[in-house]
Amino acid sequence: MKQLTERERMAKRLPTYRIRDFDEVELGFTEDQAIREASRDIRFCKASCMLGCPVGVNIPEMLRLVAEGNYEEAYRRLIKKSPFPAITGRVCPQERQCEMFCVLAKAGKPISIGAIERFVGDWALANNVKEEATIKPNGLKVAVVGSGPASIVVASDLARLGYSIDMFEESHMAGGVLVYGIPEFRLPKEIVRKEVHRLKELGVNIRLGVPVGTAITIGELAREYDAVFLGVGAGHPKFLNVPGENLLNVYTANEFLTRANLMKGYRFPEYDTPLHVGKRVAVIGAGNTAMDSVRTAKRLGAEEAIVVYRRSRQEIPARAEEVLNAEEEGIKFEFLLEPIELLSNDKRTVSGIKLMKMKLIESSNCERKAVVPTGDTTKLDVDTVITAVGFNPNPSLKIGTNGLDTDDMGRIKVDGQGRTSLKGVYAGGDIVTGEGTVIEAMGWGRRASTAINEDLSVR
Amino acid sequence: MFKVNEILMKRQLASGVKEIIIFAPMVSRAAKAGQFITIMTDEKGERVPMTLVDWSATEGWIKIVISEVGLTTLKLGSKEVGETLYYLAGPFGNPVSELNSSTIILVGGGVGVPAIYPIARSLSRNNTVISIIGYKNANSILYEREIGEVSDEVIIATDDGSKGQKGFTSDALRELLDSGRKADAVWVIGPAMMMKACSEVTRPYAIKTFASLNSITVCGSGMCGACRVSVGGKTKYTCMDGPEFDAHEVNWDELILRLGAYKEEEKRALGRYILRSAN
Ligand SMILES: Cc1cc2nc3c(=O)[nH]c(=O)nc-3n(C[C@H](O)[C@H](O)[C@H](O)COP(=O)(O)OP(=O)(O)OC[C@H]3O[C@@H](n4cnc5c(N)ncnc54)[C@H](O)[C@@H]3O)c2cc1C
Ligand SMILES: Cc1cc2nc3c(=O)[nH]c(=O)nc-3n(C[C@H](O)[C@H](O)[C@H](O)COP(=O)(O)OP(=O)(O)OC[C@H]3O[C@@H](n4cnc5c(N)ncnc54)[C@H](O)[C@@H]3O)c2cc1C
Ligand code: SF4
Ligand code: SF4
Ligand code: FES
Repeated sequence: MKQLTERERMAKRLPTYRIRDFDEVELGFTEDQAIREASRDIRFCKASCMLGCPVGVNIPEMLRLVAEGNYEEAYRRLIKKSPFPAITGRVCPQERQCEMFCVLAKAGKPISIGAIERFVGDWALANNVKEEATIKPNGLKVAVVGSGPASIVVASDLARLGYSIDMFEESHMAGGVLVYGIPEFRLPKEIVRKEVHRLKELGVNIRLGVPVGTAITIGELAREYDAVFLGVGAGHPKFLNVPGENLLNVYTANEFLTRANLMKGYRFPEYDTPLHVGKRVAVIGAGNTAMDSVRTAKRLGAEEAIVVYRRSRQEIPARAEEVLNAEEEGIKFEFLLEPIELLSNDKRTVSGIKLMKMKLIESSNCERKAVVPTGDTTKLDVDTVITAVGFNPNPSLKIGTNGLDTDDMGRIKVDGQGRTSLKGVYAGGDIVTGEGTVIEAMGWGRRASTAINEDLSVR
Repeated sequence: MFKVNEILMKRQLASGVKEIIIFAPMVSRAAKAGQFITIMTDEKGERVPMTLVDWSATEGWIKIVISEVGLTTLKLGSKEVGETLYYLAGPFGNPVSELNSSTIILVGGGVGVPAIYPIARSLSRNNTVISIIGYKNANSILYEREIGEVSDEVIIATDDGSKGQKGFTSDALRELLDSGRKADAVWVIGPAMMMKACSEVTRPYAIKTFASLNSITVCGSGMCGACRVSVGGKTKYTCMDGPEFDAHEVNWDELILRLGAYKEEEKRALGRYILRSAN
């Protein structure tokens, strides 16, 4: 059998340099690399990779067009499924989505689909590829609530079809987690800004500073608009619920990342929002949020930045590439430990964590191994704690609204196409699924925009 | 036509205290007593919460009263009529609890006085309202007339006795209760120390007491947890579960501790701002 050629790897900035600033870590493929990597594709395989992509990108088509150097056509076809490739190319957990299903994955050398997608997206942004179609207004109005990935897709899909779109976002910047959560060094905000700018070019009216629920209710929106889409995410942080949680220098990851990224606290005092980063920082949890927090802390001067996780290396839920990047940057990982108390020497500021040692056991009714306490405890001395233990949906959206069905976790119930229990009201993204991924949220946005268009067309 | 977030009027009420009227039609339509907004003066600014003091849905404006205590409030105070704020969002938080045919004592301290105005206005419709308003001295008195218009009775207290009763609002409140006046509920708004003192005064009387907390906030919308406070031993979000809480259940010492979390940075930022403005 023919020897498989090696995967092309994106160049990365050296850890010693990159931990000193917030510039992007991974540099993307050069044109040569993109063509070489795309040419590694096995034509006429069954393209099982597509099964792993939540929005069904036609991956072999993209690879063929890139291999031929036809980037513009690659882009135009790609965005039919994945509308913001510069973003998804960077943040999709490819190792669990498209790339996991590539036939070459078994040999450990799947096509670097994400990196190629990123290349195509960046190329289109750099070359300012414009919309082809002219938009014919159809006289219908849709309210889109939130401005994260799900909402962005709904707004851009429907605007292209001629709907008049008002987007309501409570924050001062559109983009959802893409701007307040995921840091600059992983997803430059300039990219999100450009994509949001494109929405405006499509005629989407973005209204910032409007918390739906208290400023205007879902019911009011439903009366004023032909349809309403709720893409408000699940951004209400869970607490550890252990003693000492309100000591100084204990942050939720969302507060830490919001201060650092959205409010640009990393440039205090040029920007006004302060934040504290000590010398020894522990982050509780090992998801994307934890990884982003711990790497941000490192960049803000923590000498030791430690991830404390209750399971083991294998179960880490964060995007694999970022775990690797974190390890390269000197982030420490402590496994099988669960905080039971946050300690303080002066009763004011956190000074350590009391931890329960955990163990994994086989469990019959669950795919994952169960994790249980061993009864032994240990202590970790730290001066800053960041908790990244998950999110709930924010209940304030539902203020003043009756009849919107949610499940026991507060997630909005929808049918397969994003229709909620209220007529004319649709939902998608994390508010429906709980914490998911960017591309899953976009997929929900696409389903909802399709349903809205169908429902309003037959009316 | 005005621009959204444009400053329509500005007035100095006392040294370091300004009343600002802003064009914000969306907020003015929905505003209710007890709620607040968040503001950024400029792109690099902090996002700070301010109580909605008054509003007009028909004319589209809202009113806030700011106390210039640090960088953001100074920047806000220096904005002129005709300028627009970079960002303004709201309303946030829960409206004030409703009561009927009760006797209510409202206690406001300093810039807390304007904050009790909308509550007094709302509650005075169906209740008897006694307002206790407290200041440092006669020169720092503000919102006396406004409070008078929506209260059945007003008691003024100044720390130095230069006007009204001498002493803190908590002293005035104690005297009133000791004198045998009955009240069904008490509201207190002002500095955390003052709210703590007032809640200790009402505790032995077992009068339901509400305080509107002013914890440090970042988002105002329940997504960061910066504003968390302990109430009845449980962690609560000031911005979402409050800002009004049962004052007897609030862990005041923790709130006061957390309010001081950024003292050093606040000083640095303020110093830098003053230096810059001087040059
Ligand atoms: C730190 C972090 C890192 C992540 N990293 C990755 C990653 O690498 N790859 C990946 O695929 N996924 C990642 N995720 C998950 C991913 O970001 C989310 O699944 C995705 O953003 C969900 O999109 P959404 O559109 O549902 O909502 P969100 O992105 O959460 O956006 C919701 C928006 O709605 C606004 N909003 C909320 N309530 C209201 C209201 N009442 N009125 C008006 N506006 C409102 C919010 O302000 C927000 O802007 C990460 C998440 C976090 C927190
Ligand atoms: C729900 C709510 C309603 C409020 N309403 C009003 C109001 O109507 N008028 C008014 O003048 N003030 C109000 N405040 C307080 C006001 O938000 C702060 O005084 C302001 O943020 C201080 O910012 P600064 O940069 O000027 O001062 P800083 O230099 O940041 O701080 C000065 C002092 O203010 C406190 N503080 C700092 N940041 C915040 C913050 N984000 N939130 C609260 N306190 C903070 C600090 O403990 C410090 O003692 C309210 C606060 C809350 C939570
Ligand atoms: S959108 Fe994400 S999952 Fe789908 S092909 Fe692109 S990188 Fe893979
Ligand atoms: S990416 Fe992998 S699975 Fe998909 S078409 Fe190419 S070789 Fe086949
Ligand atoms: S201020 Fe962010 S959760 Fe209350």
